[in-house]
Amino acid sequence: MSTQLKTPTLVKGARASRTTIALKLGMALSGFVFLGFVLAHMYGNLKAFAGHDAFNEYAEHLREIGEPMLPHEGLLWILRVGLIGSLVVHVYCAVVLWRRAARARTTKYVMKKQTGATRASLMMRWGGVTILLFLVWHLLNFTIGKVNVQGGATNDPYNLLVDTFDVWWSTAIYIVAMLALGAHLHHGIWSAAQTLGWTGTAAKRQRAKTVGFVIALIVSVGFSLVPLAVLAGIITK
Amino acid sequence: MNLTLKIWRQSGPTSDGAMHTYQLADVSPDMSFLEMLDVLNEQLNEKGEEPIAFDSDCREGICGQCGLMINGDAHGPEVTTTCQLHMRSFTDGETITIEPWRSDAFPVLRDLVVDRGAFDRIIQAGGFVSVNTGSAPEAHSVPVPKDDADRAFNVATCIGCGACVAACPNGSASLFMGAKVTHLGLLPQGQPERDERVVNMVAQHDHEGFGGCTNIGACTAACPKEIPLDVISQLNKDLRTAIKHGH
Repeated sequence: MSTQLKTPTLVKGARASRTTIALKLGMALSGFVFLGFVLAHMYGNLKAFAGHDAFNEYAEHLREIGEPMLPHEGLLWILRVGLIGSLVVHVYCAVVLWRRAARARTTKYVMKKQTGATRASLMMRWGGVTILLFLVWHLLNFTIGKVNVQGGATNDPYNLLVDTFDVWWSTAIYIVAMLALGAHLHHGIWSAAQTLGWTGTAAKRQRAKTVGFVIALIVSVGFSLVPLAVLAGIITK
Repeated sequence: MNLTLKIWRQSGPTSDGAMHTYQLADVSPDMSFLEMLDVLNEQLNEKGEEPIAFDSDCREGICGQCGLMINGDAHGPEVTTTCQLHMRSFTDGETITIEPWRSDAFPVLRDLVVDRGAFDRIIQAGGFVSVNTGSAPEAHSVPVPKDDADRAFNVATCIGCGACVAACPNGSASLFMGAKVTHLGLLPQGQPERDERVVNMVAQHDHEGFGGCTNIGACTAACPKEIPLDVISQLNKDLRTAIKHGH
């Protein structure tokens, strides 16, 4: 408001890779990497229902894939580098686009309805921040720090899992995070499909939205089952 | 009908504005929204006050000049332009909040009037086909499949009113660009400049200060011409193809 009007100019030498749509493509592709990761991660978590030995064997096997061609934890580190790279791309594009959006409307409406918008679509940015904060805690909890909220041993993956989710507030953190992840995927999957140009008709758009909703439901419920089962006493040491 | 109107007043592009409240009595439900504002302006004129500036031209929903944020919805509660909105869509005694489109790429010139020159520059950057002028070619010399022709025509109904930008939480003009890119990209005449078109239009869009699209869909809900979200998918696809072609 009340700034001097800019003299309009036309862009010269436009590059496709420098556009906002290129940033959106970065969001979409890195998002699909995460989608593949969470589906595989969820599969591994559900091994907890098969008991102590099956779960720990799975965890150990992840570290042995490709041996002796690859060193111990070799494949795991290749995947980790890919995930870290995707995280950098996803967060970088999100920050740039968020700042652009903030600058695109510096004078807010006195009254604004969000007609036509789903709640999930409006939660993408703060939901993403929630997931990022959860990721920090989750890695401290199980991977980097190995924090046992009950103060016990941390060298046995299955027992650490049971100790973690036996505490109600610890389970609550995970459930809230999974709700945020579910909402993020609900909009994110179809939005990525749209960004990649796969939804050129009303039928394809509807299909992408349905697929997004179903996968979001599978992921958020699938991940929540293990913590809830521990809290309910179904999964025990 | 008796109405309370809260309207944005701003005397010039660089001056500060504020919401002002007006009472308007005996409004006919058959009036269009703009006629209701005309009545208010007549009363302001009689009182010696400055009338409220707003854009309008054809008043039949085809020119794209009018456009107001009415109670938080672009063009108000119906799927139509502001000029085709009637007072029967409101209730007696209602308070109606009226604001200009809010987008830094559409600076307010005065009251409810914004400068949509940014759209013209996006069109100038690529929203056209280059053809030889002179005698019109035989219409049937370039065949166009019926489905493509219908779809091109449907998205060509975009009147460039800016409601998509006004409604978008990101202030993005992707629906506008998507409509133009889809319209021209479906037709044989649009092919030679297809890659350049999308790259130049999107670059101009970004340069004007519009935000990036996050596929929320508020644009298509506000669009008086019901341009579907498909066109943004097509826009993205065309840009992706242009990247592949080295643009």
